[in-house]
Amino acid sequence: MSKTIIDKLWDRHIVVEEENKPDLLYIDLHLIHEVTSPQAFAGLREKNRTVRRPDLCFATMDHNIPTVDRFNIKDETSRLQVQTLEKNCEEFGIQLEGLNSEQQGIVHVIGPELGLTLPGKTIVCGDSHTSTHGAFGALSFGIGTSEVEHVLATQTLWQNKPKQMNVKIEGELGFGVTAKDVILWFIAKYGTNVGTGYIIEFSGSTVRNFSMEERMTLCNMSIEAGAKASVVSPDEVTFSYISGKRYAPKNQEFLESCKRWSELASDENARFDQRIEIDASEIEPMVTWGTTPSMCLPISGMIPAEENSSSIEEKQSLRNALHYMGFRGHEQIEDISVQHVFIGSCTNSRLSDLIQASKVVEGRKVHPEVRAIVVPGSQTVKKEAEILGLHQIFLDAGFEWRESGCSMCLGMNDDIVPEGERCASTSNRNFAGRQGKGARTHLVSPIMAAAAALKGKFTDVRSILPKTEQEVDHYAGV
Amino acid sequence: MPGFKTHSGSAAVLDRNHVDTDQIIPKQFLKKIDKAGYGEYLFFDWRYHSDGTENKDFELNSKETKEATILVTGKNFGCGSSREHAPWALKDYGFQVIIAESFADIFFNNCVKNGILPIRLSKGEIQNLQSENSETLIRTLRVDLEKQLVESETGEVFHFEFDPYWKKMLLNGWDEISVTLQQEALIKKYEDERIVN
Ligand code: SF4
Repeated sequence: MSKTIIDKLWDRHIVVEEENKPDLLYIDLHLIHEVTSPQAFAGLREKNRTVRRPDLCFATMDHNIPTVDRFNIKDETSRLQVQTLEKNCEEFGIQLEGLNSEQQGIVHVIGPELGLTLPGKTIVCGDSHTSTHGAFGALSFGIGTSEVEHVLATQTLWQNKPKQMNVKIEGELGFGVTAKDVILWFIAKYGTNVGTGYIIEFSGSTVRNFSMEERMTLCNMSIEAGAKASVVSPDEVTFSYISGKRYAPKNQEFLESCKRWSELASDENARFDQRIEIDASEIEPMVTWGTTPSMCLPISGMIPAEENSSSIEEKQSLRNALHYMGFRGHEQIEDISVQHVFIGSCTNSRLSDLIQASKVVEGRKVHPEVRAIVVPGSQTVKKEAEILGLHQIFLDAGFEWRESGCSMCLGMNDDIVPEGERCASTSNRNFAGRQGKGARTHLVSPIMAAAAALKGKFTDVRSILPKTEQEVDHYAGV
Repeated sequence: MPGFKTHSGSAAVLDRNHVDTDQIIPKQFLKKIDKAGYGEYLFFDWRYHSDGTENKDFELNSKETKEATILVTGKNFGCGSSREHAPWALKDYGFQVIIAESFADIFFNNCVKNGILPIRLSKGEIQNLQSENSETLIRTLRVDLEKQLVESETGEVFHFEFDPYWKKMLLNGWDEISVTLQQEALIKKYEDERIVN
């Protein structure tokens, strides 16, 4: 029988399968961070349980750490949380990449770059953006703290198999259009719960032509479409990314793994419960204007007004969003000015994101009324960027160059947007209060964020990017 | 955890869609390392003004809705992050049942694991539960997990779907980890025999 990659991943991990019961799935990699784990470890202790496979756990700290003067956590509760993680990892024998580690970074950035994230694995983390790792052809999803405790104690999880959706993206993306725009466009068109109850497989020529980092951006935000998880079938792009990564298999073992991984791809004629097809050429640089990722328009768009909405329900949510965001309706996206720009988060803080943004910024200056920061996703990204001299480009333009962490994506540390001010952000959530109480978040791609930093308002980045063919090539490579 | 069989109480209506976990419990309250005491932070930015005074207009701030033990709401409740602080806050505040048109997946699981019963009903059914007297309060609702029924004060009775496995876990208040550890031998066998990935 033909199987999808999701069927194959699922079937290979079933430990117990009984009728009228969820399947008990084995978990190959458990990523841990400071915010959603303390109560899980406390639960173990309370019941006198141990961690079944500390060797399959991997911990880092990212959510709440400072990005300036990183060893000096001023907030007492944050400090306690970080210390608690250190203590827990030591007591239970779990590898931790702490603040002083060269491998520290956002959990969804370091998993892939260290070669921990591999095709065919089941990967969980107490964090909803665990969907990111699906880019490798892994079955990866976010879990709550009770489930974190369950995985720690048993290395398994009871799961009902979700439905399956194929989202096929075909064709070439326009100049200046990125993976971030693709996923924002998808959510704008199909809504924030199109994926509820589903695992999505992204396929099609556009996805095949994506680099691994672009695929990660795509899968990262599938949770914003409500999906349990998302996957991309592994291929040569995947294998060459993995090759040589620190914890990835080496030599003969790597070759054998690649062979096994190539068998994961969905079989032809495999059955999906739903299919959506997308024409990539329709997509433009996108900007969110409201308080859910689906409230999103192309840069040329105009914000809707209450009278345009059909149902009372829609009117109500539109009114709330407009009110929170400080709009009346009918404003042009290109007229919205921003006071903050944040380039970072597990969606868009990898090396290619920074390279792309730096090319927009190079030789130009940040608008005097904008405070712009770049927060590399990990210490590795930071180091590699510095070797390329990217930090200097950003600093010369007037950006701040920070230490790695989640930072302004959720503002658990000091990096918050003040009430009523606007931020062009490369992160993934524009919920009310996400970047600070009353903060107004606009989600965009890294190059659109860079363009907004220069102009002090949203701008079609295509008007800034150089147009000569030679220079276009220069961008195509990133 | 005690088992969940039936529950009767009054219900507060939060007539909103896509209530996300950042609204249920803002991130500044995620820094604690225990599970207790999150109720005071529930819907914090809606319940209180910036100066710390109570927002009288918020649906849950009336004298009557404050007593509610059931929350009735719209579509896609609990979307966003995986933070279990959201159900911890709801439970600590006093909610034992949440009735919504739909839930985000991770949040739904997190409720069940904390002994909160999440019930999906259609929009029409939810409207039929409500009386004409109040938009924000339903005086009495009775929920029966065994029979999978919700009964309203106006005598309406609705059936809801619930996964049989999780129903058993909730009814009995079983500790899921203990249940799984009974499969220890099979887990060991899987580890020994598995195909490497
Ligand atoms: S960067 Fe943002 S979305 Fe990603 S893990 Fe950190 S807080 Fe979550």
